[in-house]
Amino acid sequence: MGTSSEPVVLTLIVLAKVVVVLVVLLTCIAYAVWLERKVVARIQSRWGPTLVGPFGLLQPLADGLKFLFKEEIRPREVDRFVYHLAPFVAFTMAFASIAVIPFGESITIAGHKIVFQITDLNVGLLFVLAVTSLGVYGIVLAGWSSNSKFPLFGGLRSSAQMISYEISLGLALVAVVLIAGSLSLREIVEQQRGLWNIFRQPLGFLLYFTAAIAETNRTPFDLPEAESELVGGFHTEYSSFKFAMFFMAEYANMVTVSCLATLMFFGGWLGPVFGPPALQALLPVVWFSLKIFCFLFVYIWIRGTLPRFRYDQLMSFGWKVLLPVALVNVLATSLVLAWRAS
Amino acid sequence: MLPLFYIFGAVAILAALGVILQETPVYSALSLIVVLCSLAVVYLLLGAEFLAVIQVIVYAGAIMVLFVLVIMLLNARRETTSDRSRMARWLGAPLLVAFFGQFAYAVWKHFSGWEAVHTPATGPQKIGEVLFRSYALPFELTSILILVAILGAVVLAKKEI
Repeated sequence: MGTSSEPVVLTLIVLAKVVVVLVVLLTCIAYAVWLERKVVARIQSRWGPTLVGPFGLLQPLADGLKFLFKEEIRPREVDRFVYHLAPFVAFTMAFASIAVIPFGESITIAGHKIVFQITDLNVGLLFVLAVTSLGVYGIVLAGWSSNSKFPLFGGLRSSAQMISYEISLGLALVAVVLIAGSLSLREIVEQQRGLWNIFRQPLGFLLYFTAAIAETNRTPFDLPEAESELVGGFHTEYSSFKFAMFFMAEYANMVTVSCLATLMFFGGWLGPVFGPPALQALLPVVWFSLKIFCFLFVYIWIRGTLPRFRYDQLMSFGWKVLLPVALVNVLATSLVLAWRAS
Repeated sequence: MLPLFYIFGAVAILAALGVILQETPVYSALSLIVVLCSLAVVYLLLGAEFLAVIQVIVYAGAIMVLFVLVIMLLNARRETTSDRSRMARWLGAPLLVAFFGQFAYAVWKHFSGWEAVHTPATGPQKIGEVLFRSYALPFELTSILILVAILGAVVLAKKEI
């Protein structure tokens, strides 16, 4: 390999990684929707999609095509610029956080070490939090620009809810960061080689997952899009592919939350590794995907099981239960760490 | 790196102009978010990753969300322009030019010999050490100040506690 072609090859590798990760993520989102419809249907003693393809497996494809070919209806009195901007903000921010998620260790192909991660930031965890905190604008602006009361209610509820639960979410992660002593997602995983963080931070995990479900606007915290009272919430006035973008953003956020839960509490890609070198390099990715799948399943399971909170219950739960418990958890963790260090 | 700095510097200045020139409050708030994010990119170019991310989380992700929330709650539509006084119309532009001229002259005179210093990347660990060792007292005092402000806001907002 000549040294002059090195930068070109490196750029190509990065580009290839971006394309592969995006394609995998989009497929994962499409099939998360299929899985949700199937699992919820089974919980309610129905069959779910069965007609398109075997077991309805081609249903996501049919849905995508339908979204593409539907007429886009734009209400007359909307704020045009913001109305068109909002779905792009939600979509971009939901997909950007995948850039720092590590999927596995590394593989060497033709003398090039390829790490299973698009880029490794030393503040990777904070990057994910920053990007998800910007994602709320998509929802808020969609609600405001639609110039209609139900979307506005949805947008207001969502911003209040996300601000409230972001604090508990952050504090739950702080306890893990205290143990790991690093903000790099790769280092946090490496440090769990002996024992997964779920055994050191069981309370932290429960706090994180509860707050994360609220962050992603999922049942039982899906008040911003409560169908029975708000028609559809912030995306009521959106149709065709703009609606699909909100839809995909929600599922991408679910995948990000699952990735973060796996990395922070369940040892990321760690798991038994055996066999020839190629298998050894790929097995961690398989373990990682399996863990993500479990989280997505739990998400859907919770949706199929629990009823929706009332709005005041949601707020008082966030501020009066989740936040104090998260604070005590951080305090206790740091006390234990300080006691061990001395 | 330098072209990127110019691009994001220009974006920041244009968006900052947008903050004052836009007539719809939500547009002003959006412009301010663009300013904050492009400043974060400038921090990133200087190698201050931690500061860049914190800038986005705290300002763009938390404070500005509250701004936008308040604007939406008040349902503030387009601003009504006041009748500009004649003095402001005639004196405004020359005074602005004079002010910026003076400002540019002061910056040029003071910093013309200075070189941009590239400090080795300061990670969260370094910042934490400085914050909690050298500046522990000011840091804690600031947090008490913020607590006082929160209590004051609650007292003002609630009629009976």
